[in-house]
Formats: sequence, structure tokens, C-alpha cells
Amino acid sequence: MAENVAQELWEEEDTQKDKFLTFVLGNEFYGIEIRYVTEIVGMQPITEVPELPDYIRGIINLRGKIIPVMDVRLRFRKPFREYNDRTCIIVVDIGDISIGLIIDSVSEVLSIPGGDIVAPPEVSKGSGNKFIKGIGKVGGDVKLILDCDKLLNDEETENLSNL
Amino acid sequence: MFTISDRSTYEPMLDIFIFETVKQLEQLEQLVICTEKSNCYTENAINEIFRIMHTIKGSAAMMLFDNISMLAHTIEDLFYFLREEKPRDIDCAALSDLVLEGVDFIKVEVDKIKNGHKADGNAADLSKKIRSFLSILKEHGGSPASSDVNKQLQDVKQKYYISQDKTAAAAGKNAFRALLHFEEGCGMEHIRAYSVVHNLRNVSTELNYIPENVIASDESVEVIRKEGFTIYIKTDLTYGEINELLQHTVFLKELALTQMDDPEPVNEIPQKKHIMLEDDGVEAPKLQKEEATVSSGLQQSLISVNVNKLDRLMDLVGEMVIAEAMVTQNPDLKGLELHNFQKAARQLKKITSELQDMVMSVRMIPISATFHKMHRIVRDMCRKLNKEVQLELIGEETEVDKNIIEHISDPLMHLIRNSIDHGIEAAEDRKLKGKPQSGTITLTAQNAGSDVVITVRDDGKGLNREKILQRAKEHGLIHKPEEEMSDKEVYSLIFLPGFSTKDNISEFSGRGVGMDVVVKNIETVGGSVSVDSTAGAGATITMKIPLTLAIIDGMNIKVGSAMYTIPTIAIKESFRAEKKNIIIDPDGNEMIMVRGQCYPVLRLHERFRVKTDVTDIPKGIIVMVENREDYICMYADELVGEQQVVVKTLPSYIRNMRRIRGLAGCTLLGDGRISLILDIAGLVEK
Repeated sequence: MAENVAQELWEEEDTQKDKFLTFVLGNEFYGIEIRYVTEIVGMQPITEVPELPDYIRGIINLRGKIIPVMDVRLRFRKPFREYNDRTCIIVVDIGDISIGLIIDSVSEVLSIPGGDIVAPPEVSKGSGNKFIKGIGKVGGDVKLILDCDKLLNDEETENLSNL
Repeated sequence: MFTISDRSTYEPMLDIFIFETVKQLEQLEQLVICTEKSNCYTENAINEIFRIMHTIKGSAAMMLFDNISMLAHTIEDLFYFLREEKPRDIDCAALSDLVLEGVDFIKVEVDKIKNGHKADGNAADLSKKIRSFLSILKEHGGSPASSDVNKQLQDVKQKYYISQDKTAAAAGKNAFRALLHFEEGCGMEHIRAYSVVHNLRNVSTELNYIPENVIASDESVEVIRKEGFTIYIKTDLTYGEINELLQHTVFLKELALTQMDDPEPVNEIPQKKHIMLEDDGVEAPKLQKEEATVSSGLQQSLISVNVNKLDRLMDLVGEMVIAEAMVTQNPDLKGLELHNFQKAARQLKKITSELQDMVMSVRMIPISATFHKMHRIVRDMCRKLNKEVQLELIGEETEVDKNIIEHISDPLMHLIRNSIDHGIEAAEDRKLKGKPQSGTITLTAQNAGSDVVITVRDDGKGLNREKILQRAKEHGLIHKPEEEMSDKEVYSLIFLPGFSTKDNISEFSGRGVGMDVVVKNIETVGGSVSVDSTAGAGATITMKIPLTLAIIDGMNIKVGSAMYTIPTIAIKESFRAEKKNIIIDPDGNEMIMVRGQCYPVLRLHERFRVKTDVTDIPKGIIVMVENREDYICMYADELVGEQQVVVKTLPSYIRNMRRIRGLAGCTLLGDGRISLILDIAGLVEK
């Protein structure tokens, strides 16, 4: 009983619920739950690390902390684009893993209540779908909500084939 | 039950409980093992054990670990009795075993708790054992062995009185005197004697024997061997019946049974014995009281600190070193002549260095705790394998980083188990070879430069070159022709996975898993293991471990636009090669000749797929590195400089993805760039 009340109070105070950071990749808008995002930094020199999948570009030095960076374009099997001054790195913290996501440009923080998010359609072709947790409707636009766990962890099949 | 709101106070309490209980158990173990060596329980020891069990009982009860609490309570009761009643002639060995069993049970439970499992062990059997030991003690008001003697005393006193009359014939009709000799070499004569007595007890009304203290005293064995075992018995049985009964004794060599008409002798002897007993009584307690507790700890003022705080402190100091380098080696300052700044920078560097040293030493603890744990291992193994081994400790005050201590403990246990299992011969073999009956294992620890060197040396039979070569051949582990392999190389074969020359697998070794695990553990902390041996005289295993994981001396090299760091200890030499020294073998592999020896060449830009313009051998630099007697020559663009670097591990995300051979970690250079630290073992691997 006491637990339930505590839980509700916690949720009411959660100002991060239903808020998403949206960014642009090519022509699509993607959204990521804001509670995972720690910071956004501009492009930095990346130190390459050998023997990793191509979408892991390497590691960067973020004020003394060493963080791996992933190029989300390559992760979604889109064509690579040269980095320019609008390219950003979104640093996310999932579980105890910190990782930087290289994206074309950042858009804004939006509130998308649960009711406006629908499940993604089942598509047989393309690998991009497994990373999408849902489709959010904002005004007349559509934002693709990312599933962070899948983004980080869905390596099993790839690794095995690499070996 | 604990509610969520209590959880915040529960966790730290649990941590403290685990920490303190583990410490107390270690103390207790040491105490018991010391006591065993001197074969008597001093008053101080009893008090100490009582106190520890009392504390554990209380704290376990508070944390709701009832099984631990109850067991501690049972042992506490036992030692309360020992403390108050001070019985003589306690069976020390049995008592030690019981206490150690209790310690083991609690250790296992605490381990379960540490790992987040439930402490669901059942100590009912052990408690029963302890309680029955205690009740035996209580019944006789002394030890089980001497209790009978006490009874005899009282019986005898009475009988003496009665026999004065010579009328009362309450005693048995017949009196006999039996002298038994046991076969030579049958062993445990005193136990056999006791069992004879035990068998006669049912049929006799009065029973006395010399030597008297058969169970508790080892000297009685000698007496029985030399003079035989004498029994005075009053019984209703006939001569023939007694004779037959005694003839059933195992290993009986000679029996001289005489019927006595005069019951007097039976009673006289006890009198003498009585006096002897009293003497013993006076001596024994004195001896025990005199035992000084050598381990009266130096009262240092100590404080226990959460290890997380220390880790954080280390990290911060590491970052400060990097930040300091970033300031003093800033590219903005290149070429500028700033005298005052340089002076201040030097001062800053000095202070930073000292701070670093200080923080590092905070995490250092003397290795004695780990060494002392080995006593228990030695004791248990000696018992199980019936060998005699002494453990010698040298240099236990040497201080080692806390992280490293955790990684050495298991390998050490393993090495000692190996030594006792494989190396030290059985007592008879040693006597035949002219070695002292008791084997010696020497553990030493000393500081050597920036490393700690720990050796495990035994005076057993050493490593057998032939056996090792043979076993290696069977497993297909030999790459060079046998004659070319030096002794050291042959001995190093034992470190390969799956290797074991033990024919039968024992509980402790023979599965061929051990040495490999030792090497892996040591290499995880950046150390190295080597072995040396002299056939017949023993083997020595040497572990070299860097004083700290976090900071190493490194040489920075450049390949294209990427920077790498090589640990300086691995570098043998570096030079600019000439084209004529390069040979290409039929497979296309590059080799280089250096002073008559041929080494493979590893082009780093190819290995790590880095773009660089420097691909011509004479244009770049060759660095010869070594790992466990394997050499390779690495080809890089140029050497940048030597530097003390703070090692940072690669992000866990990357490490979980795949283990990149050849990279041990990374570090931040003065200008903020990341340099990857090379793992020489991984690069040298074929």
C-alpha cells in the first residue's frame, strides 16, 4: 500500500516523462527518451579502434571520460555522410553504458504523450525497423521513437556472422 | 520484513556486517591454527574465541541470519564452559576441527549473502556435534579420556578403604594382571590400548591400566611400545574367559596374563598414579597460562574506509595528472620562453607527483593477511594427503595495492596446493632421500623497482623435464625440437591450458586447469609468472606484479595520425632498420635479422589498418618487444617520447562487443588526444 502511494508520487514528479529529444537523420525525424540523454556535444576528434563494426567509429575523450561513439546513419545502413559543423554527438546513458550517437543535427525537445504513440508497422525488409519502438504523432509530423536497448545490444547475430 | 524505506539503512549495515564478520573469521582461523601448533588451548585463546563467537552471534541475529546466529551461539556455549570450568586434557584436535567446521559454515553463508543469495545453510548437524562434544565434557567434568580415570580414582579410593577390611567382597571375584605388547609398526598403540580397556569395561568391576593417559597423551604410545600395556582388572570372569577376550585384540604380539590372589596391587598402583595425576594437574594449567599471545596487535590507530571512495580518489588524482600534463604541455605554449611559468609548472608537477604517490600508498595493504590465509590451506592439505609441510613466510610486511591482493589470493592458494600435491614427497620418501621429514614451502614477497615479486618455493622433488616434454607431446604443444628447448622453456610448458602430468585426478589437482588459471589471473593485473626448478631439490614459482594497475611507464609511438603507447617494460630495443636486413619468407611474412637472430616483423599500420605514408622500412622505426620469451619487431612511423601514463580501460561497451587482441586499454595524452595502449601478449600471439 505504502509502495503504491510512493510510486504514484514519484511519477507525478517525473518531469522527464513523455519528453523526447528529436534529431534529424537524412529526411527522417527520430526521437529518443530524454531521460537517457546526458549531454549533447559538437563533433570531436575521434580515435579509431580497430576490429570493430564500421558503425562504431571509435572513442572520444569527453572531459577525461572515454566514450565510444556510434554513427547512427551507418547503424541504420544509410549511406555515410561527411561530418560538418552541424553534426552532433548525443551522449546517452543506458543502464551503465555510456555511448555517443553521431547524428546529422539536433532538432528540439518535444512532449509526446503515450496516447500519440502507435506501434511500428511490421515490415519484412530493412533493418531499421527493429530499432524503432513506436511512431509518434506531433502536429502533422511523424517522429520515429528509438528503442535504445535494441540500438546498443542487437549485435548477437552480427557478431556471430563476423566471426 | 524490510520495507523499501528501510532499504537505505539496510544495505550499509549489511556491508559492515559482511566486512566485520569476515575479518573476525580470519582472526579466529589464525587463532585456531596457532593453537593447534602448540597443542593446547590457552586461556587467552579461549577468551578470544568466546568473544568472537559472541559478537558474531549478536550481529548475525540483528541482521536476521538465524542459522549463523544459532551456530555461533552453540560454539559460544562450548567456549563459555571451557572458560568457566577449565577442564583439563581437552581433545584439542577434535575441538579445533569443530571450530574450523563452524568457521567454514559461516564463511560459506557470508559468501552467499555477499553475492545476494539467501543464507539458507543448515547447521543442525554441526550444532548437534558441538552440543554432544560439550555434553561429554560436562558429564565428566573434564575430557572424555580423563573422565574414566577420574572415576577410577574415586572407585579406587573407596576400594582401598574397603579392602582394609578384607571382608567386603563387593569387588569381582578374580583379579588379573595383563601385560600386552603390540606388534612393531602397527601404529596408534595408545588407541588400541584404549579400545582393549573399553572392551574390558563391561565385564570388570574395577579396571586400572598403565600408562594411564592413553587417549590424550602421545607419549603413552612410546611407553606402550617399550614397556607394553599393563592392565589390572577385577572381574567375575574366569582366567580362560579373560584370556580369550584379550587374545581378540588386533595386532597383539604378546599377552602375559596372571591371576592375582592379592587384590592389593590393584589398589596400590592407583595410589601412585593418583600422585602422578596430581603432578600433571599442577603442571598443565601453569603451562597454559604462560602461553603468551604473540599476536597482541600493535595498537595502531586505523580507520576503515569504503573502497569506492578510494577508487574515486584514485580516479580524480589520475585525472589531475592528466590535467596537469595538459596545462604544462599545452600546444599554446610551444616555443614560448616563460621562466616564471616554467618554475611554477615544475612546482606543480612535484606536488602532483607526491599526491599521486600518497594516494597510491593509501590503497596499499601489507600482504601478510593473504599469506596467513595460506596456513589454513597448508594445514588442510597436510591432513588430507598425510604429508608434513611447514610454511615459511618472508617479507610479509611488503605492501601491495588492494586490487592486486584480491587477484593474488587465488593463484597463491593454487600454487601452494600444487606444491603440496605434486612437489613435496611423502614423509618416508623424504627420509630416504635424506631430506628433513617435514617439507618446507617458503613464501616471499619483496619490492623490486616498480614491481612486487612474490615467490613460492618448495623443497620437494622439483619438475620432471622428461615427463613434461612427454605430456606436452601428447597434447601437441611442442613447436620446437626438444633439444633446443632450454630447461626454463620446458618448465614454462606447465602454464599451457589443459596441461597436467598428474596421472590421477585428485580433489586438488590433476585436471590440468590450475596453472593456466594462475597465469591468467596474474596477467590480468599486468604481471608475469615464471618457474624454475632443480630436479630432486624443489621448484620455485615467481610472480612479478606491477605495483599498481593504474599507472605504467610507456613509450608513445606514432602510426599515421594515430598514437599508441607501448609499456616500457616490454621494450627490448628500438632502431632504424636497413633494407638489407629484411627477409621475406616463402609465405610472404617479413622477418628481420638482428645480430644473427631472426624475428618476425609486425607492421602496425597493417595490423590496425591505419593510413600512413611511412611504409618503407628504413623510413620508420623498429621496436623490438618481448613477452614471455617471445620476441617480435614492430614497425611504426616514429617514436614520440617516454611518458608515465594513466591507464584507462576501454569502454565496457566495446569490451563487451569483442575482445580486441593487442589492445590493453587507452590513455589520454597531454594534448587531450587518446592513445591506445598496446597489449604485447596479444600482439605476439600467433
